Amino acid sequence: MKYAFYPGCVSQGGAPELYPAAKLICDRLDIELEEIHAWTCCGAGVMQEKNQLFSDTLNARNLAKAEQQGLTIMTICSTCQGVIAQANTRLLADPDYLAEINGYLAEEGLEYKGTAQIKHLLWILIEDYGLDNLLPHVTRSLGGLRLAPFYGCYIVRPTEALGIEDHPERQTSLETLIETLGATAVDYDGKTKCCGFPILTINEKNSMSMVGNHTSEAKDLGADAMVTPCPLCHLNLDGYQPKAARQANRSIDLPILHLPQLIGLAMGISPSELGLKKHIINTAPLELKLAGSTSS
Amino acid sequence: MDVTVKIKRYDPESNNADYVWQEYPIAIDENATVLDALIQIREDDDGTLSLRCSCRSAICGSCAMKINGQGGLACKTKASESMDKDGVIRVEPAGNMDTVKDLVADFDMFWNKIREIEPYLQPEGEVPDGEYVVSNESMLHLSAVTACILCGACVSDCTVLEVDKSFLGPAALAKAYRFTADPRDGNEDGVSRDRLKVLGQPSGMWDCTRCNMCVQVCPKGVAPMDRIMAMHDQAIEAGYGNNNGARHADAFIESVGHTGRLDELRLPVKTVGITNIPALLGFAPVGWRAMTHGKLPPLIHKSVEDVQIIRNLYRKLEQ
Ligand code: FES
Repeated sequence: MKYAFYPGCVSQGGAPELYPAAKLICDRLDIELEEIHAWTCCGAGVMQEKNQLFSDTLNARNLAKAEQQGLTIMTICSTCQGVIAQANTRLLADPDYLAEINGYLAEEGLEYKGTAQIKHLLWILIEDYGLDNLLPHVTRSLGGLRLAPFYGCYIVRPTEALGIEDHPERQTSLETLIETLGATAVDYDGKTKCCGFPILTINEKNSMSMVGNHTSEAKDLGADAMVTPCPLCHLNLDGYQPKAARQANRSIDLPILHLPQLIGLAMGISPSELGLKKHIINTAPLELKLAGSTSS
Repeated sequence: MDVTVKIKRYDPESNNADYVWQEYPIAIDENATVLDALIQIREDDDGTLSLRCSCRSAICGSCAMKINGQGGLACKTKASESMDKDGVIRVEPAGNMDTVKDLVADFDMFWNKIREIEPYLQPEGEVPDGEYVVSNESMLHLSAVTACILCGACVSDCTVLEVDKSFLGPAALAKAYRFTADPRDGNEDGVSRDRLKVLGQPSGMWDCTRCNMCVQVCPKGVAPMDRIMAMHDQAIEAGYGNNNGARHADAFIESVGHTGRLDELRLPVKTVGITNIPALLGFAPVGWRAMTHGKLPPLIHKSVEDVQIIRNLYRKLEQ
């Protein structure tokens, strides 16, 4: 299995533990990653708002490069996944628009034909790799762990661009994965809501309310940790959780795991190799519980 | 077809006025809508159930409620497509608003926000002799927004309103766009400067978190969030870009345009403004925590290979 890898800016910037963790588990699972050469930022929905033509051109460039590689794109970020899929939908819907953008790409000798496939690692594991093939790699039981899924807006909405109609199972993919790895998925209201990251520098109070609400809701339902396929959500839910807890005037202390870290833990990889030490919220209680459930 | 409708009920006049979930196992027609099921319950099983409806054809906007946790019109939602594997449909009153009784939400907040944006044309220039002539194109563009039936599904599910009731919200902001994008509103060039200034205040357009919830739940394809984004552009164009929201978008695109990728270290600094010392100090504890955990973004932001190509595109398409 081989994919055109699109890591996204945050996995090497604000959440530098994500990139190596994703590479590590893919390597162990024999999923070959060929990083898209000189890929550029997807725009995270912010650039689209200011200049859709420029951001769609950059995304068409990424898509054209993956098309040349002849591989499906693998993303490891809900936001990248949604933003690139939305750009792709616009490009495919309007041949004139695509032709205009291909005009700009021509200077680099590139052309986007419109055949690229874009999939998040989460979907790839379920749809391409197969949970049956994943199970033999699970050497550490996560039994006894209660994990709260947190999707990130862009991997659940708007549904058209995300192929949800053809793949309704994508809407519960995180729960499916959590349960496959032997843990219990905590069901709570906040799992498909907004983490608040996009308004962090615009309305911090509201952003912190969102972090506080979701993490304390999960915590109060007995979650040992939260799992997210989105590093932007991780930045807010983990990095700003102390501030959110202060605003909510309570303690929360809920570790937030990146999806590849969870899979890595289930595969028996050590927490430090997976970069858990880089988290702001201490993961030691989770690791302790994990050690307990393995030995029992 | 057998179905169990689970309704979140509320009676303000009962002794212990609180929400209670009540289940109604009923048999309905294959093609029944959720509204058909609710009306059947009210007619045949429980006359005390309160709900709002009128047209039953997704026109009047009175039957918005939460179906399986998501806002929508009960008359536009097929019961057969809403049942879970146990044949249960969960129905609740619209969210983010108070409940009057059962499935009837109190729309005062909704209408107050619509009123707040002054929902009528405010032309500033000379009054023309005859009628205002508007191009077909601009009316066609507006028709997508005027399709709004004011049902409140977007307000019900808005993730910002959930934490801050002062936010203008998706319905009122989409309605505002209906005027800022109307060539008859504002000055001779159709620029609604006064409106854009007011809409850019705190609790206005920049507080939207871009979660796409309103786009997803709107039964009429109004896409409120996309209108809010378009309004950001109008505001910047009209010279109201001196705020964190506008600076954030500027700094973001500049970073990508020059290097191909996002410079996460400088983005927040440029957003609050380099001279805004209190806000910059506010970042310090978070920055310190990030640094001590070995996760501060690289101090020197590297450009992608072939960056000249990106810079050329940026010059051509943005500047
Ligand atoms: S009853 Fe009129 S919109 Fe549903």
